[in-house]
Amino acid sequence: MSASVRTSRFISLVAALALSGAAAAGPPERVVSVNLCTDQLALMLAAPGQLVSVSRLAHDAESSAMAEAARAIPPNGSRAEEVYLLQPDLVLAGTFTDPATVAMLRDLGIRVELFEPARSLADVPANLNRMGRLLGREAQAADMIAAYERDLAALSVDLAPRPRAALYYVNSYTAGDRSLAGAILRAAGFDNVAAETGLDWGGVIPLERLVMLAPDVIIEGRDYPGQARAEDNLNHPALAALKDTRKAGHLTDRDWICGTPQVLEAVRAMRDLRLSLEPAR
Amino acid sequence: MKLAATLCALVAALFLASLLTGWVAANPAAALRALVAGDGTPLSVVMQDIRLPRAILAVMVGASLGLAGAALQGYLRNPLAEPGLIGVSGAAALGAVIAIQTGLALVFPLALPLSALAGAVAAVLLILMLAGPRGGSITLILAGIAISALAGALTSLVLNLSPNPFAAADIVFWMMGSLADRSFQHVWLALPFMALGWALLLSTGRALDALTLGEDAARAMGVDPFRLRVTLVLGTASAVGAATAVAGAIGFVGLVVPHLLRPFVGARPSQLLWASALGGAAMVLAADIAVREVLPERDLKLGVVMALVGAPLFLHLIYRTRREMA
Repeated sequence: MSASVRTSRFISLVAALALSGAAAAGPPERVVSVNLCTDQLALMLAAPGQLVSVSRLAHDAESSAMAEAARAIPPNGSRAEEVYLLQPDLVLAGTFTDPATVAMLRDLGIRVELFEPARSLADVPANLNRMGRLLGREAQAADMIAAYERDLAALSVDLAPRPRAALYYVNSYTAGDRSLAGAILRAAGFDNVAAETGLDWGGVIPLERLVMLAPDVIIEGRDYPGQARAEDNLNHPALAALKDTRKAGHLTDRDWICGTPQVLEAVRAMRDLRLSLEPAR
Repeated sequence: MKLAATLCALVAALFLASLLTGWVAANPAAALRALVAGDGTPLSVVMQDIRLPRAILAVMVGASLGLAGAALQGYLRNPLAEPGLIGVSGAAALGAVIAIQTGLALVFPLALPLSALAGAVAAVLLILMLAGPRGGSITLILAGIAISALAGALTSLVLNLSPNPFAAADIVFWMMGSLADRSFQHVWLALPFMALGWALLLSTGRALDALTLGEDAARAMGVDPFRLRVTLVLGTASAVGAATAVAGAIGFVGLVVPHLLRPFVGARPSQLLWASALGGAAMVLAADIAVREVLPERDLKLGVVMALVGAPLFLHLIYRTRREMA
């Protein structure tokens, strides 16, 4: 008796799985995103009701450019258990999402799509295009790509001379030319001093080295809430002591980290900075 | 006096070497000229605002830890007593972390060294209470392990609760210590507390000498045990607290330095005090040069170098005091 109940349960489970497999042929209906950048791409492109949960970080206005839109959608903590219980038919994650979480979800039969972090401005249309296809929203993606490319072309600055700029983050980290932040800087008409040190994607630039490079402009990473000793490097008196270096304040993290059309805001801010330097030269 | 001259020369040489060590391989003469000139060129900014405070802090931190180690060993008459091993540095780090994470240090900068000092006072009192005035090795080390573990766990907890994503990575700094990218702000913050600690600890020399003859003899010679105890607690806490507040917990300095210098001072605690202060300064300067030479880009922690030097000696000392423990 109990054995036959178990058997019939098993059959209905198989049937359910088969059905959900069949449903995957059309556009996904319950999409869960567990990564800040896929959150924003999905928020831009998903049909109403298609995106059922975004990562908790998407609700944080300092990190997420779309915090307001994201707050209409319940957040998740990016863990396999809660994501599974949301019964998604597509999970969007980053290649830096905990591999154990991704493996667990895939073992449970859920389709997981991983997005690489953007490393250039050309990754933005590629991301939009891929997200459009995954969500079955190709037309919306094509419109967004066209708008992005038009706006980017209008913003790009090609003025000589190109000031030497440094991006300086917590723990003396810097971003190089082969990073998204480096690409933003370049598009806005700056040369990145990280290239002079041989760092092409980024890495640690010791304070002494930064001072010796004496960049024209230093743009600092965002100030995180709370305190950390790791942030002390941003307030070191040596930076203020450099006579010919302009400290251009903190960058707005949310516009700089994800390969979405939001990077245009970062390009615009840097372009304004570049143009403001002009009279002094 | 020969020892004093040698140690002073060593500290001076290492201080100079520390000023000339760093990412930028500048010509020494040009670097020293830039240090004096202060003309706002990048090299002079590097020399004046980065390397000079770093070298000064190495001297201050080393002197504090060496002196505190020698004083604690003289008082407890136990060569294993060391601020790092008995949990004083760990507790000071906890105090500093609390001051930073509550935002108190931001509103009121002196809260940082004061809070570290409070942590250190609590740990020294706890150690003296648990180990007793005679400081038997087993109780001393067990009490030290317990206090270190508790302080370390609470430090990690406070940092993990921080909303700052980099706070948790700070655990390494607080447990291992580093002088990377410290500035004159830290020098001025720590100096008054360290100076107070040095004065208090150096004043215990005569009493510690008397104590080598036994407690009764010391009392007969006019040593006030209560006063000695209070001086030692406050002196250790202020020196170690201030050092930890700006540089994190750096272990083993107070263990290695007095051990190396004891034979040269005829085992007299009063002589060992100043000798260990100078020796500690030399040791931390040397370690800080080593971390920059070995891995210039990685901010290798001072505690790593000190533990590589100090831990084998610690094991050796435990082996030697085995008979006492058995």
